Amino acid sequence: MIKINNKKLAKFIGFKAIRLLILLIVIATISFIMIQLSPIDPVRAYLGQRIVSEEQLAIIGHYWGTELSLGERVLGWLQTLATGSMGFSLIYRVPVTEVIISKFTSSLILMLSSWVISGFVGFGLGVLAGAKEGTWIDKVIKTYCYILQSSPTFWIGLVLLMFFSVYLGWFPIGLSVPIGQLSDTVTIWEWLDRLILPAITLSIVGIASITMYTRDKLINVKKSDYFLFAQARGESFWGIIKNHGIRNILLPAISIQFLSFNELFGGTILVEQVFAYPGIGQATVAAGLRSDVPLLLGIVIVSTIFVFVGNMLADIIYKYVDPRLRSVDDE
Amino acid sequence: MEKLLEVNNLSISFTQYVQGLNRNESKVISDLTIDVNENEIVAILGSSGSGKSLLAHSILGILPYNSHVTGTLKFKGKTLNQEIKEELRGHEICLIPQSVNFLDPLMKVSDQAIGECENEEEYNRKKIKQREVFSKYGLNESVDDLYPFELSGGMARKVLLSTALLNDPDLLIADEPTPGLDSKSVEETIEDIKNLKEKGKGVLLITHEIDVALKTADRIAIFYSGYVIEINKAENFKNKENILHPYTNALINALPENGFKLTEGVQPLDIVEGCPYYENCPIRLEKCENTKPELIDHNGIMIRCFNFKEANDGT
Repeated sequence: MIKINNKKLAKFIGFKAIRLLILLIVIATISFIMIQLSPIDPVRAYLGQRIVSEEQLAIIGHYWGTELSLGERVLGWLQTLATGSMGFSLIYRVPVTEVIISKFTSSLILMLSSWVISGFVGFGLGVLAGAKEGTWIDKVIKTYCYILQSSPTFWIGLVLLMFFSVYLGWFPIGLSVPIGQLSDTVTIWEWLDRLILPAITLSIVGIASITMYTRDKLINVKKSDYFLFAQARGESFWGIIKNHGIRNILLPAISIQFLSFNELFGGTILVEQVFAYPGIGQATVAAGLRSDVPLLLGIVIVSTIFVFVGNMLADIIYKYVDPRLRSVDDE
Repeated sequence: MEKLLEVNNLSISFTQYVQGLNRNESKVISDLTIDVNENEIVAILGSSGSGKSLLAHSILGILPYNSHVTGTLKFKGKTLNQEIKEELRGHEICLIPQSVNFLDPLMKVSDQAIGECENEEEYNRKKIKQREVFSKYGLNESVDDLYPFELSGGMARKVLLSTALLNDPDLLIADEPTPGLDSKSVEETIEDIKNLKEKGKGVLLITHEIDVALKTADRIAIFYSGYVIEINKAENFKNKENILHPYTNALINALPENGFKLTEGVQPLDIVEGCPYYENCPIRLEKCENTKPELIDHNGIMIRCFNFKEANDGT
């Protein structure tokens, strides 16, 4: 049903790649300069609590290039970045890329599962509320959304943790592996058991916005002329919701869901903190608190790519799935 | 000749909230009485935005929830309620909508014409029928897979007409089928609607174009400020002698071929106590200000004016 023009798509992605490159250079430069202007002293952070003499300090400083001008330092950072290296993490004592890959994969599972849950549940609730606008079902769903939207992620996490883990004891309190066990020896079930609560917390927050958006879109469809005409043609109410309502709101809803990648990333930092889930969020907090400049900059870059890809996917969906935009493009 | 549709004393009003909790009852259609027979085209002629479409919506049972309706509707002698309307609409009574905006922008036109289907078998049966109707109106197979935005004005009109005809209804309601069309398409629309009549169908044509009403309809109901003030045969409009109501006269005089004569004044928006045309009427009587004339039968012409008496001279 959906015909995708491969040549166009390749051109589009190529174009986007160039934009991403420019964006990355700008983000890398700005974030680097900001760190340089901040009171963080990378040399001090590197040394930690160790006591060293002035001469040793100067040698390390020279090795790190502290006497270079800001411009030279930025240039050096971009050059190193171009080779694919993001430096050496001060906390983990391994290359930043390695830290990010391992942390990001565990977070990705958390983020993707909650993204899928919030997408399905949010869309379903939105359709239900929109279709039943003004009824008690709609009011219940709306109230639920307002409460969720206005409560902070970490607080919801804490409440869920207290209720399900402490009082009911259904789920473990935190960490991605049972205490006293190596991560290699964890079974998939043990690991899933620990993923459920953080994933639910993260998705609960996402549900509210997608639900309200879907509801609003469906209400607009219900006011449209084509909805009226479908009724005049004797189609059943739920038939119209299915055939015309969902057809017209699915695309915008999916793209909104892709655009929510930034909220997802922000949310995961809080959720991982509450559940002590060792992912990119925890790494970010640790890097910030302990002045791990290379890791912090690495995470900034990776999160930029993550959000950019989300936005790009939303763009692609609009451009290549919506027949109205698709054919304009094909001319 | 069987009466297909009978509308008796239909009034439609809306409750609106203006400024906080102040409710405002706005009456859009007042005391409307009209009927449509088989083999007949009846036009409702009124200015745009006067609420004529709501008549169509009330027949189909698709008025908004804040509307208030009084009066009776009958289809083939059976009084209509919401349940019966829902059964009839799309089957025995079909709407020909105004524009392509009434089609789902993301659905291929053939699927929209076919509409909701219970199963594969029903779909296949309707698909054949759809192809048949489309070809009759000169829409070839390539049109089936188009989306509404890809249709030209003329094509869109034909698709809308085919959509209404797919279920072979007895009564068609054409809601402003001509605005925005070029003169050739208007002529075609008029022909298409006339052809429906030849096949024994009844058509209720809602329009604000005098020309279209005169060329198409058998009878024309003049809609003024929510009231039907005159229902007259289309042929009578050729001769001013047979036009009774002063407003209808003013309308006919305003036509280009009759000298573009313009009458001053506007339609009252508020509910008036007396005759709605009182303010602008050249032949008004004293009682017109505070008493509302009823729609009466004056030798076969339905008229709402105190200057004419209920009469039947047998013609």
